[in-house]
Amino acid sequence: MVPLFELFYIFLQIGAFTLGGGYAMLSMVEMSIVTKKQYIEKEEFWDLIALIQTLPGVFAVNTALYVGYKLRGVKGAISAALGAILPSFVIILLIALFFTEFKDNETIENIFKGIRPCVVALILVPSCKIIVNQKMSWKILWIPIAIALGIWLLKISPVIIIIAVIVGALACEWYSFNKIKKQ
Amino acid sequence: MITILELIYVFFKIGLFGFGGGYAMLSLIQFEVVDHFQWLTVQEFSDIIAISQMTPGPISINTATYVGYSVFGFMGALTATLSLCLPSIILLFLVIRYLMQNKENHYVKSILQALRPVLAGLILAAALLLMNKENFCDFGLGEYNISLVIFAVSFVALYFFKVNPILLLVVSGVIGLIAL
Repeated sequence: MVPLFELFYIFLQIGAFTLGGGYAMLSMVEMSIVTKKQYIEKEEFWDLIALIQTLPGVFAVNTALYVGYKLRGVKGAISAALGAILPSFVIILLIALFFTEFKDNETIENIFKGIRPCVVALILVPSCKIIVNQKMSWKILWIPIAIALGIWLLKISPVIIIIAVIVGALACEWYSFNKIKKQ
Repeated sequence: MITILELIYVFFKIGLFGFGGGYAMLSLIQFEVVDHFQWLTVQEFSDIIAISQMTPGPISINTATYVGYSVFGFMGALTATLSLCLPSIILLFLVIRYLMQNKENHYVKSILQALRPVLAGLILAAALLLMNKENFCDFGLGEYNISLVIFAVSFVALYFFKVNPILLLVVSGVIGLIAL
């Protein structure tokens, strides 16, 4: 059985040292939980990850919750999730403390003036990549474009769009499922 | 008191409907935090994204902590971050009850399939929402708008040459420092 503190510590390291988002973190989790300690079978681990990817919420926190739960139940889930959250919480808290003081400093402001257009590019790239990599045809491509314009120009809430899509998908699936059943 | 309740409501909502990871969650966060409640300006939001890229940890957690702190101090930071994670904890118990028994649930599958093009749209919206005058201030050298140059070069470097984003942010910061 994994000690609770070890679970906390594994996810603390993952929270503290992984840059570049959720997926960079995965190989680190696999390393410490599957390869080194063999707490979970490899196949089982990736099945779990496939399930987690379908869920809403913060990916790193979800991974911590499910791996923690799998190994040590509710206590394990809480320990792992706290470990995953704590480093970014502390780091941002410190930055917020100092940043609010230096925000109006002209040097800092100039640095961020340079950084901001770069940030826009950093976010535009993944959306282009998804569209290119999934080889979206024009039949589908209008959907992301219409949604982006709807949020940007018409100020439609993204949450409303997501709810509408979920309800629509469920209704379609329910309709076709019942149709097959009747036949 | 109202602000704390609003913080809980907003970040709970983001945690519940934030499908598809950090970038797809950005437009949700921006819509609520910048446009609707105006807890942050567009510049501050862009700065947080930049800081999130350079520090470890998920963007959504970073934003929740920062927004919570700037609205309501330490308690605000704690409340916002926990509210963001609360839906995940509630869903954990539902998923363990219902989904883990039959992994290939066809309803879940249909939702995911329908959401895929939507997520691309959400990320695109986040980029469009950030493309405004505040982020592209005219600090031109002569006729050239440096902001646009930084944007275009960063895009090409990241898309075609897979340059490390942190390096790009640092270089952009240095350019900002020198050009002004």
